[in-house]
This record gives sequence, structure tokens and C-alpha cells, in this order.
Amino acid sequence: MSVDEKTVRHIAKLARIAVSDAEVAALAPELSNILGWIEQLGEVDVAGIEPMTAVIPNSLRLRDDIVTEGDIQADILANAPLAEHGFFAVPKVIE
Amino acid sequence: MTALTDLGVADIRDGVKAGSFSAREVAQAFSAAIEQARALNAFIVETPELALEAAEAADAARASGDLRPLSGVPLGIKDLFSTKGVQTTAGSRILEGYKPVYESTVSGNLLAAGAGMLGKLNMDEFAMGSSNETSAFGPVLSPWRRNDGGNTALTPGGSSGGSASAVAARLAPGVTGTDTGGSIRQPAAFTGITGIKPTYGRCSRYGMVAFASSLDQAGAMARDVRDCAILLEAMAGFDVRDSTSLQLDVPAWEADLAADIRGKRVGIPKEYRIDGVPPEIDAVWEQGIAWLRDAGAQIVEVSLPHTRYALPAYYIIAPAEASSNLARYDGVRYGLRVQPEQGGLDDMYEATRAAGFGAEVKRRIMIGTYVLSAGYYDAYFNQAQKVRALIARDFDTVFADVDLILTPTAPSAAFGLGEKSADPIAMYLNDVFAVPASLAGLPAISVPAGLDGQGLPLGLQIIGRALDEQGVLNAALAFEERAGFTARAEAWW
Repeated sequence: MSVDEKTVRHIAKLARIAVSDAEVAALAPELSNILGWIEQLGEVDVAGIEPMTAVIPNSLRLRDDIVTEGDIQADILANAPLAEHGFFAVPKVIE
Repeated sequence: MTALTDLGVADIRDGVKAGSFSAREVAQAFSAAIEQARALNAFIVETPELALEAAEAADAARASGDLRPLSGVPLGIKDLFSTKGVQTTAGSRILEGYKPVYESTVSGNLLAAGAGMLGKLNMDEFAMGSSNETSAFGPVLSPWRRNDGGNTALTPGGSSGGSASAVAARLAPGVTGTDTGGSIRQPAAFTGITGIKPTYGRCSRYGMVAFASSLDQAGAMARDVRDCAILLEAMAGFDVRDSTSLQLDVPAWEADLAADIRGKRVGIPKEYRIDGVPPEIDAVWEQGIAWLRDAGAQIVEVSLPHTRYALPAYYIIAPAEASSNLARYDGVRYGLRVQPEQGGLDDMYEATRAAGFGAEVKRRIMIGTYVLSAGYYDAYFNQAQKVRALIARDFDTVFADVDLILTPTAPSAAFGLGEKSADPIAMYLNDVFAVPASLAGLPAISVPAGLDGQGLPLGLQIIGRALDEQGVLNAALAFEERAGFTARAEAWW
């Protein structure tokens, strides 16, 4: 599998990582190399095999629908790069 | 007289209890050793005041007869565990300055058992690496050097490189590690210490910075098997805050330690004999087989036919989960924010993540994004999950016949810093023997087996059935008694 620079830019966009032209040029052969290596999985016969979902059998528990830890707004905002009026603040998204 | 820093977890616990020394003296001795060993770069944050505080509590508890299981034992905590009020970065620039407002369950369990925290241990960024070279805070150095008279800086392995280096250099009697695809076992092997990854779900992942959630598992690293059993027992346990936590009681792993493995059947997987592995690895493996046979085990050749596909499957599944988990680093709720002039929200996300993540993390997020993207999901991710099911089935089949499996831990001894960083795939191959047990969620330990021709430690891995940590620990103890590994790095730092 060869990954071209256009694909690298597309993946970077999906992943929300800004990439420079130099990074794109370096990443294309690197990602091609890694994807080429993992492609050997295609040769494994997986007919009738279900994809694994839980490595150790375990059932998902339900908990009661109640507040367990409330009134911690200040804690939640404590590490925010920018918080205003008790909210996380971000650049304007609606004009 | 033995230096206090030469004592292990059990020695310290018992010595404090007996009054042979105070917990305060122990904490001070280790904190002083850490301060003198900054050249190793094993710690990102040192917290001597917290170690001292816990030690004073332990000394008071002794006076009042309220000692707890780890009273007086100072530990290093890998920087992947959230620690309340103490910077937690997972080795990443994007979390620099982040101080959690809560404690991870595993570190909280250790503190509740009376342990103190010496500091936060350096690691590969988000645990993505096998040499500790991807840390935003610089690589950790192994205390070991080759016996060629040179001073080549060697890796302690990764991702728990700070953890391994700290134990090997006697900066902590025991530490936490985490293992996603070998991150406890490979560094333990590289530094001549013991490290155990329990069954997936034994230790809560609550408060562990997530890398690949279906694989991440906390474990213990220390100088010997007993100390690992003690620490793991304190770390493990059911936690309602982790939906994958197993609702099981924690066994009395230390009390039930017994080196008697007569009649146990130990499998030697023929697929782990791979080309390009130095003959010294095979030799130490043969020696390990001889030791277990001497301990009364029956040695059986077994086959795990899908072994060669474990590493490529891992490098689809782990990056896929990472790309999803690391989406949370968006510059909004915590961590770094980079806001370009005139930029909108998307520009902020992209600039923040470009500046905050290192090259290996970006590489893995992009691989993960690619294999999960429309049109490729079935060919890559689903195929990998099916192969993972086959790998787990291989182990099930073998464990119907044998009790344990013995393999090398890593395909080489520690390598020099920079020797493998140019080739991602060469670096990934370090975990070729460790990854299959991770994909199958099985308990596995690395125990020191001897030194290679360059005077560097080599380790062997014992893998057990799901939930049979006791079987793994017992075989490791029988192994340890026969290996008699006492070599240690000469202090140069």
C-alpha cells in the first residue's frame, strides 16, 4: 500500500493535526512502509472467525442512574486553558 | 551494613515493622539517591515531601499498632497514572503542567496501603515506544553499561523506562509500570529486574492515561518475584469506575507463593524461534528450560501458529484505539492550547495537537486514523480483530495441554540510544515476544536470567492462563532461585 501526500494531508485533517510540507513529505514513505508491513495480515484465513470484542469474558454492568460525584465544577475547570463564567471557553464558532 | 536503598519491598516492610529502621530513614535514603541520579533522567517530577509524609505516617502507625500492608515502603509511580495535585504528563508536552484533581485507582490503592510516592517516572510519550526515547522530557538512561570499557548510553527499554531504570539503579524498591504491548516486560528484561503484567482487567484503568484501552494494563516492577507479588496484590482489585475491571477478589499472591512446580507442564512455543535473534538469546532460553526442568516441570514443545501475525495485528489495533483515545487532547479541557491568530476552533485543534504531540505519537494517531477511515475499516481493523481472536485461540488450545509457557522476553539485550530510532519497524520488533500475550490479555512476567557477552542483562518471559497470576509467580520464583541473578549496574551516575 502506497500512501501519497494527498492521502497524508487527508488523514492529518481527519486527525486534526496540522502538518507542514516537510512533515507530509517525510510521513508519506513512513506510513507506506508501516502499512505495507501490516498488510501481511491479509494472508490469514479468517473464514468463520468473529472479530474479538472482549479479551477476557466480562459482562458490562449497569449502574443506578444517579449522580455519584456532583458539585465539582471548579475541579473540572481547574486545568482548563481558558474558562469563563463556569464554562470551558473556545474561539467563536457561530458568527 | 546494607544500605537502606539496597533493600527491597518486603525487606523494608518487615524492617519497619520490626523497628530495625524507621520509615523516615528509608524515604530519605531513596530521595537522596534520586537526587544524586538525575543523570539517568528516570523521574519527571520528584516528590520527596510526599514520600516523607507517608513515612512519618508509617512511623506513627507503627507506634500505634496500625501498620498497613505497605507502610513505610516508598515507591515510584509511572507518569501514566493520574496523581492528585502532582503533575501527570504521560511523557507528553501536551499535558505539561497538568495536575489531576483526582487519583488513579491503582496509585490510590498503593497509597491507601501505606506506601509513599517518591516521584513520577519518565516514560515514552503516551507509552508509545520501546526505548523511552519518545518522551518529551528526554530519554531515560539505563544504569547498565557494556563491559567494553566504553560509555555508550543504553536504553532501559520502554515504555516504562523510568520505572525500570529507577529499580535497577536502586532509586526505588518497587514501582508501577503499565504494559500495552510489552512496556513492563521488555524494560524489566533490559535492566535485570522483574516485572509482571497481570490478566487484563485485574488492575483498574481508572485514572491511567489511556493509550489502547483493550490492551492497557497496570503491573508491578521490582527486584524480585516476591516484591512483585506484594505490589500487585496492593494494586489490583475490582473497581466500579472501570467497566472492564474484573469483579473478582484479589488472591493472596504473596502468602501463596511457592517455588514447588513439580509436575507442571511448561510449553516451549516453536514459533518463538525466529531468524535474526542473537544466539545468546537462544542459549539463555535453553538455560531457562533446564532450570524449570530441574524444578520438576515437564517441558513440552507447543505451537502457537499465528505468532508471526501478532505484531502487525497489534500495530493496527493499538494505533486505532490510540487515535480514538487521544482525540480528547483538543486544547479545551486541559493541557496545552495553541491558538493561531485569527484562527477558528479547528485551527486551534490542529495547532494544539501539532505542537503538543511528538513524532511517534503523530505517526500512530495517523496510522490509527487511516485504518479506521471509511473504506479501510474492514480490510485493516476488522481483519486485525479477527487475527487477534485467532491468536487468543492459539493460547487457549495450548493451555488445554500445558500450565505455563516459557519464552525470551525480548529479541536482544538493551541497545544504544539512537540505534533504532530511524526505523519505526525495527523498533516495533522489540516487542515481538511480548505482544502476543498482550493481545490475549494473559498474565506474563519477565525474570532476569543472566548476562550476555557484553555484560548486559537478559530476561525470560513466563506466560500463564488467564487469572493464573499465582502459577506465573510460582514458576518465576522457582526460576529465580535457580538463576541466582545478583548482577547489578556499577554506579557511574
